[in-house]
Amino acid sequence: MSGLELRDVVVDYHGRDGVPVRAVAGASLSVLPGRVVGLVGESGCGKSTLARAAVGLVPVAAGTVTFNGAPVVALTRRARAAGLVRLQLVFQNPYSSLNPRRTVGSQVGDGIARLARRDRDARVRELLTIVGLPITAASRFPHEFSGGQRQRIAIARALAADPAVIVLDEPLASLDASAQAQLANLLGDLAREFELGLLLISHDLAIVRHVADDVCVMYLGRIVETGATQSLWARPAHPYSEALIAAIPSADGGGELPASLPGEVPDPARPPGGCRFHPRCPYAFARCTTDDPALVALRGGRNAACFLQTEGEETQSPAARSGNS
Amino acid sequence: MLAVAGLRVRLRTPAGHVTVVDGVDYAVEPGEVFGIAGESGSGKTISMLALLGLLPEGARVEGSARFGRHELIGMPSRQLRRISGRELAIVFQDPFTSLHPMLTIGRQLTEHVRLHLGLDRGKARKRAIELLEDVRIPDPAAALRRYPHQFSGGMRQRLAIAIALACRPRLLIADEPTTALDVTVQAGILRLLDRLRREHELSVVLITHDLGVMSAIADRVSIFYAGRVVESGRRHEILRDPRHPYTRALLDALPHPESTKGRELVAIAGMPPTPGRIPVGCAFNPRCGFVQDICRETVPPLSPVGERRLACHVDPFAG
Repeated sequence: MSGLELRDVVVDYHGRDGVPVRAVAGASLSVLPGRVVGLVGESGCGKSTLARAAVGLVPVAAGTVTFNGAPVVALTRRARAAGLVRLQLVFQNPYSSLNPRRTVGSQVGDGIARLARRDRDARVRELLTIVGLPITAASRFPHEFSGGQRQRIAIARALAADPAVIVLDEPLASLDASAQAQLANLLGDLAREFELGLLLISHDLAIVRHVADDVCVMYLGRIVETGATQSLWARPAHPYSEALIAAIPSADGGGELPASLPGEVPDPARPPGGCRFHPRCPYAFARCTTDDPALVALRGGRNAACFLQTEGEETQSPAARSGNS
Repeated sequence: MLAVAGLRVRLRTPAGHVTVVDGVDYAVEPGEVFGIAGESGSGKTISMLALLGLLPEGARVEGSARFGRHELIGMPSRQLRRISGRELAIVFQDPFTSLHPMLTIGRQLTEHVRLHLGLDRGKARKRAIELLEDVRIPDPAAALRRYPHQFSGGMRQRLAIAIALACRPRLLIADEPTTALDVTVQAGILRLLDRLRREHELSVVLITHDLGVMSAIADRVSIFYAGRVVESGRRHEILRDPRHPYTRALLDALPHPESTKGRELVAIAGMPPTPGRIPVGCAFNPRCGFVQDICRETVPPLSPVGERRLACHVDPFAG
């Protein structure tokens, strides 16, 4: 199949005292061409690790990652399989992912070094135009650009490889509101115009809501809910998704304090038994403390890992289901 | 409580002195949360550091900042340090900047109250536990023996707030206190700040680039652009009915909770100007959709318009 497919991916890290830390504990998702998939969750939930596993930067302990049907293997000293070049990664911090001593043009041209000089220069100018930078940017250095512009350079660099899927790890963090809006619009345009699949990892749900076609919500190494963005927002199935959405403050001038979710993401080295979210869940009941809910398919292309939902049925509001409302 | 007038800050750069804050006025009332919003480089943080005497060497500050009966600008640094630990406190975006990595939380909290309030060891410990309870740190007695790195980001910010509140300051300056935190943790810190200001009659100056955060707890707000205030007034008026084209553009750039996917975000064209290269006239004029000749010639004064103050020649959203 085309696109990026992660199935039951497990990633372990070596913990400080020899105890392995399971940063990703069985996560599945797919990114099809032309789709923007948002991956959201609190820091420490494993979303950046999952992004790295998706492009082969960290090895998976179990499960599979495939890109256009071919396995994505962890990077070694050997050259990557040619097909994997079309799977690209853009990092959060464009300050550290760009070389300060090389011109923007030469760095964007890295992915097309096989082209003749003149063709390469023409393509670099084209790529800069696509991401909304002036062609004069080619002869300048990264420090001459703002954070938002540098992120555009990083995106142009990824686009040079003619990718089918780009994984973006927090591309909008640390940008001002106006730069964030410009970049969010650019990402949406790229996906539409070039049939590009994007996996957008972000802790900013409001932006994800705006750009992503589908959303995956991650909690403590697991994907706890997936679905089409609009439908998930309108009626979150998992109490964690519900809490994340309720915590976003609205700039409407109303002076309302956002709802806070008590507690913190537990230590992934010692995940709670039963449902991993149960210690923080306002609706938890006896079964949640002993059994681990699997991600089940609901109606309308939704999936959730919560005992309040029933496989094959419509999504229920957690509050209504638990009788807490 | 705090009255800032004509504050002007110039920083030394290799290319000479550059104006970063250019004539800022505002007043913070007792018990209120005063929000200062703007993009990076708008001077919102520098204007606060100027009050605390924390600017880099070679900086030049003009204007006045009355804090109670004290004038902060030009105050000798020893006296300023005494005030700024006790009556005036600050928390930063990254709590690691304000917490000492090698000292236990207990040591940092007790040392602070012993130094400033002259409490003995036992009383200082009692006060430290009280403070940790106040900011909702679980198991305060155990927390006293731990080091900053043993706490999560959200808990570290609570600790930084506890230390800032140790001497019962009257004014707390919070510079992007929730920017590095997850939304769920941010909500907890906002609720904490809101409770503290009600229970302790604390005034808070909240510096943020996030208008959602500002909307949640600020009573009055000031919008900064290129070192000047462009609009200020009561929270609901400014956010529900922005009159300055920049304020409106900032709000339009936000993903709206009720908006649907596919509608493009309305990005502001161009970028904020860098200090030293501020456009002549209204600093926003090259990015403004309502620009007229006068905007390119003279700086619009911040003048009262109804209940608010506005610095715009055109005022395109009047009425």
